[in-house]
Amino acid sequence: MTATAPAATVERPGRFREFYHYFRENRGAVFGMWIFAGFVFVAAFAPWLAPHDPTEQFRDFTLIPPVWEEGGNWSFPLGTDPLGRDMLSRLLHGARYSFFVGVVVVTVSATGGILVGLLSAFAPKWADAIIMRIMDIILAFPSLLLALVLVAILGPSLTNAMIAIAIVAQPHYVRLTRASAMGELQKDYVTSARVVGAGRARLMFITVLPNCLAPIIVQAALSFSTAILDAAALGFLGMGAQPPTPEWGTMLAEAREFILRAWWVVTFPGLAILITVLSINLMGDGLRDALDPKLKRS
Amino acid sequence: MLRYFLSRLLTFLPTFFGVTLISFAFIRVLPGDPIIVMAGERGLSEARYNELVKQYGFDEPVLQQYIDYLAGVLHGDLGASFVTKKPVWDEFFSLFPATLELSICAMIFAVALGLPAGVIAAVNRGKLADRVFMSSALVGYSMPIFWWALLMIIFFSGKLGWTPVSGRISLQYFFDTPTGFMLIDSALSGQKGAFGSAVRHLILPAIVLGTIPLAVIARQTRSAMLEVLGEDYIRTARAKGLTPARINGLHALRNALIPVITVIGLSVGTLLAGAILTETIFSWPGIGKWMVDSIYRRDYPVVQGGLLLIATMVMVVNLSVDVLYGLINPKIRRR
Repeated sequence: MTATAPAATVERPGRFREFYHYFRENRGAVFGMWIFAGFVFVAAFAPWLAPHDPTEQFRDFTLIPPVWEEGGNWSFPLGTDPLGRDMLSRLLHGARYSFFVGVVVVTVSATGGILVGLLSAFAPKWADAIIMRIMDIILAFPSLLLALVLVAILGPSLTNAMIAIAIVAQPHYVRLTRASAMGELQKDYVTSARVVGAGRARLMFITVLPNCLAPIIVQAALSFSTAILDAAALGFLGMGAQPPTPEWGTMLAEAREFILRAWWVVTFPGLAILITVLSINLMGDGLRDALDPKLKRS
Repeated sequence: MLRYFLSRLLTFLPTFFGVTLISFAFIRVLPGDPIIVMAGERGLSEARYNELVKQYGFDEPVLQQYIDYLAGVLHGDLGASFVTKKPVWDEFFSLFPATLELSICAMIFAVALGLPAGVIAAVNRGKLADRVFMSSALVGYSMPIFWWALLMIIFFSGKLGWTPVSGRISLQYFFDTPTGFMLIDSALSGQKGAFGSAVRHLILPAIVLGTIPLAVIARQTRSAMLEVLGEDYIRTARAKGLTPARINGLHALRNALIPVITVIGLSVGTLLAGAILTETIFSWPGIGKWMVDSIYRRDYPVVQGGLLLIATMVMVVNLSVDVLYGLINPKIRRR
């Protein structure tokens, strides 16, 4: 469409620049973003950063404390676990699993959730009602319990844990997408697109979806951190990644009996989970402030 | 109001039947023969196998099986544990008070700290107190609670030796438990030191379980307060010369409480059911640990019944919160 619009005098900043302008105002969010960048870097380059193989057992060096404690050893900067494996190498490799879990769960649950949510918003009323009741049913179960039971059915492994967590995370996307799509459907631009003759698929994905993305992006950040927490919890309960995988939750489960003797085998994996989840949640808060027009201070 | 209630109930019923369908399906979608899976390494004689197939009704058509199952559920028959042979219903209700007691204490802890923290943060927006409280809330919100529990055990049980690591009370005390709440029963028993022992056992699990609700309540209270503090009637109250305490406490907090109460109500449902990690770590004999243990033991009738009971409980709590919310806030009802 070519319109004879009057020449704009003030150039509107690009969408990303505008977003970053607001995002930057939240210093915590920027801080979180840098930590998250570090986490992604570690996840990508763990094999080159780690001093040892994460599963190699140095049988002469079991339960060595970190270097700054008495008895520490510089070849194992953060100490070793009960089997003599290097804590630092295991932690660095653990970042890969957590990052992988986050990416897979968010991709799967967001794609599925957005599709079902859009379908539900465009579908006739009875179909919409059926879809929403199914989502209610999934939401009636506490998420960790449902994930646990699903893993019990599928068999304990990291892949199955990811599937279970993605299924549990999905209804949130469905509800969110449906709610914002229905809001958009009332607006004039959708009606005009319809009048011009846009097909249903075009209406769904090109006209409406881009305008629903803001809350979905915030939800994606939230579910990334929840996915990491849930995967670690499942690993901790023995229902996620299996030993000797250096997954942080699994590492904690293996370390449990040593909590009163060797604080470092318990402290570091949990700290890694906390810092990662915290950085993502900080970013999520910033995203919400920057994307939610209601909260924008203009 | 009645219409509102009925409309809520109308969405409740299909969801409940969906939940029964899922818990019914659970035992039947397990890979392999569920009876052989449950028997595990113990093995089974052929006679016993046939007996069990009959007992669980696996030789009948699936639809008939579901109808039988539903009829049983509506009569309060959820089957019996494969391991202890006791009815699932009885096991659930003998363990439920432990979870309820833990959840109530966790919620008291969360509300008692979270509400004032949120109010103080909102009133001092942007100042040091706000930053400290909100950063702590974000840390609490991001906390892997199974790790948090281990840290508490290392510090309070290991280093300081103040609290025991597991259970509800020391083994040396033995008394009747008419209410099922250890705090009440130990006080009633009149045994010296029993109540103190119960408190020491309860305190760490309650703090751990209450940590995430605490963070959520603090954040929610702050944002609700900030919204209310921007309203015109607050300005009017200020202009009238009311004291800040009166404005914040009486005018603002009261109205800010509505969304906060909803959050509290909704987290009660997840608390009751979601004590899985906390109960497992502290060996707290409640329904969360019962579910995890049953999954480990492949006691699938228990998992099936427990799933249904927990989901129903969460749904009932959420429904009550919705209805209460409609009572407090007439705007909702008209929708």
